[in-house]
Amino acid sequence: MSTYFLFAILLLGFVITFQIAKASEYVGILKGEKKNNEQNNRINGFLMIVFLVLGLIGVYWCNELFKGKILGKAASDHGEKIDQMLYITIALTGVVFFITQILLFWFSFKYQHSDERKSFYFPHNNKLEVIWTVVPAIALTVLVGFGLMYWFQITGEAPKNALQIEITGKQFNWIYRYPGKDGVFGKKYYKNISDAENNSLGLIWDDPATHDDLVVTSAMYMVVNQPVKLIINARDVLHDVGLVAFRMKMDAVPGTPTTMWFTPKYTTQEMKKMTGNPDFQYEISCDQMCGKGHYSMRGLIEVVTPEEYVLWRAKQVSNYAMVMKDKMPETPAVDSVKPAAAKINQPSKLVAVTK
Amino acid sequence: MSTDLTIHGHGATVGSHDVHDAEHEVHHHKETFITKYVFSQDHKMICKQFLITGMIWAILGGLMSVLFRLQLGYPDSTFPWLEEILGKWAKGGKISPEAYYSLVTMHGTVLVFFVLTGGLSGTFANFLIPLQIGARDMASPFLNMLSYWFFWMASVVMITSLFIETGPASGGWTSYPPLSALGDASLGSKSGMDFWITSMALFVVSSLLGGLNYITTILNMRTKGMSMTRLPLTMWAILFTAILGVLSFPVLLSGLILLLFDRHAGTSFYLSDIFIASTQKALPNEGGSPILFQHLFWFLGHPEVYIIILPAMGLVSEVMAINSRKPIFGYMAMIGSLFAITVLAFLVWAHHMFVTGLNPFLGSVFVLLTLLIAVPSAIKVFNWLTTLWRGNIRLNPAMLFAIGFVSMFISGGLTGVFLGNSTLDIHLHDTYFIIAHFHIVMGVSAFLGMFCGVYHWFPKMYGRYLNNTMGYIHFWVTFAGAYLIFWPMHYEGLAGMPRRYVEYQGWSSFNQFGDLNRFISTVAMVVFAVQLMFVFNFFYSIFKGRKVTTKNPWQANTLEWTTPIRPGHGNWPGEIPEVHRWAYDYGKDGKDFILQTEPLGADEQQH
Repeated sequence: MSTYFLFAILLLGFVITFQIAKASEYVGILKGEKKNNEQNNRINGFLMIVFLVLGLIGVYWCNELFKGKILGKAASDHGEKIDQMLYITIALTGVVFFITQILLFWFSFKYQHSDERKSFYFPHNNKLEVIWTVVPAIALTVLVGFGLMYWFQITGEAPKNALQIEITGKQFNWIYRYPGKDGVFGKKYYKNISDAENNSLGLIWDDPATHDDLVVTSAMYMVVNQPVKLIINARDVLHDVGLVAFRMKMDAVPGTPTTMWFTPKYTTQEMKKMTGNPDFQYEISCDQMCGKGHYSMRGLIEVVTPEEYVLWRAKQVSNYAMVMKDKMPETPAVDSVKPAAAKINQPSKLVAVTK
Repeated sequence: MSTDLTIHGHGATVGSHDVHDAEHEVHHHKETFITKYVFSQDHKMICKQFLITGMIWAILGGLMSVLFRLQLGYPDSTFPWLEEILGKWAKGGKISPEAYYSLVTMHGTVLVFFVLTGGLSGTFANFLIPLQIGARDMASPFLNMLSYWFFWMASVVMITSLFIETGPASGGWTSYPPLSALGDASLGSKSGMDFWITSMALFVVSSLLGGLNYITTILNMRTKGMSMTRLPLTMWAILFTAILGVLSFPVLLSGLILLLFDRHAGTSFYLSDIFIASTQKALPNEGGSPILFQHLFWFLGHPEVYIIILPAMGLVSEVMAINSRKPIFGYMAMIGSLFAITVLAFLVWAHHMFVTGLNPFLGSVFVLLTLLIAVPSAIKVFNWLTTLWRGNIRLNPAMLFAIGFVSMFISGGLTGVFLGNSTLDIHLHDTYFIIAHFHIVMGVSAFLGMFCGVYHWFPKMYGRYLNNTMGYIHFWVTFAGAYLIFWPMHYEGLAGMPRRYVEYQGWSSFNQFGDLNRFISTVAMVVFAVQLMFVFNFFYSIFKGRKVTTKNPWQANTLEWTTPIRPGHGNWPGEIPEVHRWAYDYGKDGKDFILQTEPLGADEQQH
């Protein structure tokens, strides 16, 4: 019912506007085109200035309203660089924004039609044109310079001591893998994937390096102040590992592993205190359209102290151990494992994940 | 209504036709309803066909955005009437995720291609090229007609896809594979995607036929004295637009054909290492790369945004000079910057791919090339500002839209400087910041440019004026509304809020904008309603608008204002006029304006 009411009001609004518009057209004809144009010019010239003033107030007000809600403290070293770059860019473009917008609306108001004024025939001026080619070029060189400096720092090689974690996106959640004590990710092949057999990544049990690999889905644990290198995979379609608090982002591409690295600066607990938000979580958002559940593809990161990390690792059971426990609960003897592994599909091509 | 149109249209053009026929017996051919209104080869009628088709699409595309803004603004509410319209796609009055993604996909496709490419270029290239260069029609009126009818077929296929059981395409307007290649991964990637590809292929054909025609006509059919540097900037803009389209659309087509092969012929251009959870099956495809599609797509996709904005720039330059009663400042610099933008448009596509795992060094090259585009853009803005400076400005609706265009172009252009910088793109990529950026710089700007053109040339198209009061309301609500909608989205983007999310309640990082989302949705609905008012104004004024009584109502210099008020097929009843000067002699030597057809005075300096 309220919908029909709304439509009725809308329609009424249309009719009234239309009647006013028609009437003002007749009035315009009666008044004469010249007088009518003068009046329209005055009104719209005035509105130009009103718009400029209200717009500038609006920009200020919008800043005040949202400044607490947008850029919380960057939680990684790379994030700090990105914020720095952001502030440099806001400052430079902000100056241009205010100058050009103010000139635009001011000119529109100031030079509105008047019978006294003749327009100034000014087809070109080489000096002016050179100035506003060179000045933007210099400003942009500054931005490119800073931008690329940070870009190469952020995308450069990860430090040797980086904690390596593999993250795999699938419709619609994330899977994390840690190499075991050997520090090597075992081989995997996508045709081995079987959710029923608890092998969500397609690990190849013939490769002993897989035996101690941890596969977890609850949260990705990382150590504060230790660089972390993510090796990013996708199991079905494109995904994107979006880490808003760290200001990092990288696509997950099926068939082509990608990487990114950063150093988390604060533990989850510290962030809860710093933000004053007891519910704070490091979230992983999928930032590349991946299907109907895209908006709910949420992962969690726990940044912990080194001691907590060791404790957490100690509690985890490797994927291999879990699979074998499911397969033969009674005889966990070493030699009985081999035939079981042999049964699993033999790949025609082995794909090593780490390089 | 259609009979009304017929009677009226016939009655209106008979007069000029008589003159035309009397003086040019050779051109005489009998016109039926079909040849005059349906399969017309008159560029002016084809322009109207493009414009009205574009308007229908704009209403549909806008309506889609209203529907999904309803979901974003009121995620907790249900709207039972939605179920009545959308059926199973809105069970219980709440749009399903599948329907949401179909709506955003169709909104993007429709607005980018069908409205702002087909509708904008198709309308103004067809209308203005012969009239402004002094030609009787396009180089090939027949190809021109085909161009429209391919567009029409593309439209029919796209509309049909809305009604199929599994729904239209839903992988975003970019249709990245593997999602778009695998029906098992997404409902919209079943037959909806085939319809999408077919429709886009037809659209590419339409765009090529049109583009080749535009280029040929501008280069070969200029009237006597109309050298390239005497062309109005609209012509230069349309020429560069057409060149961009002709060189880049085929690349999109090739990308889509490979996608079609991957979908149906078992090839692996884009597919590798895929395990589908819904069927628990690993696909046989190995060795392909989805990144290849992104390269092919953005090789069109980036020039495409210039295909959209360049015609608007041309229209604005022309309208701004006329209504400032001043020559456009830096005519040659304006052409130079259009040329620079055209060349650079082909060299920046990978800035859409900074976070795909692209080699960082390659990324840095694209950063440099991308930010280079800001230089010609800055030149254009400063030249527009200087054109206004010390002018004698008539603030009619067309001029207001031109000024609004410049304001929007500045705002959206500056945020481009953020996104073109790969370092910032890491954080801002695929957030609401990019939504705000491209809607302002390409969506709203191009729309304002298009409105500017419609208000300015409507008297030439239909021999009547649009209603001014409604025009003013239309401008101010659209302009202010667009800022209210898109300005705050930058803040959401800075907070990292991802685009293409149905709702944000499940997230602790992005759920702080509930009130803002509701505000944006409300403003969006108001702005949409005002567009409907414009559409009403448009059709009402075709039949009942104030009549144009002089040939040159805006006191402009260009050739279209030397034709009769309602020009027939062939445009000029007598000889085609000869041109003696450039298009921008406003306020020169104390004269308000000097038509291009007027010979230079004895001691007069050329510009």
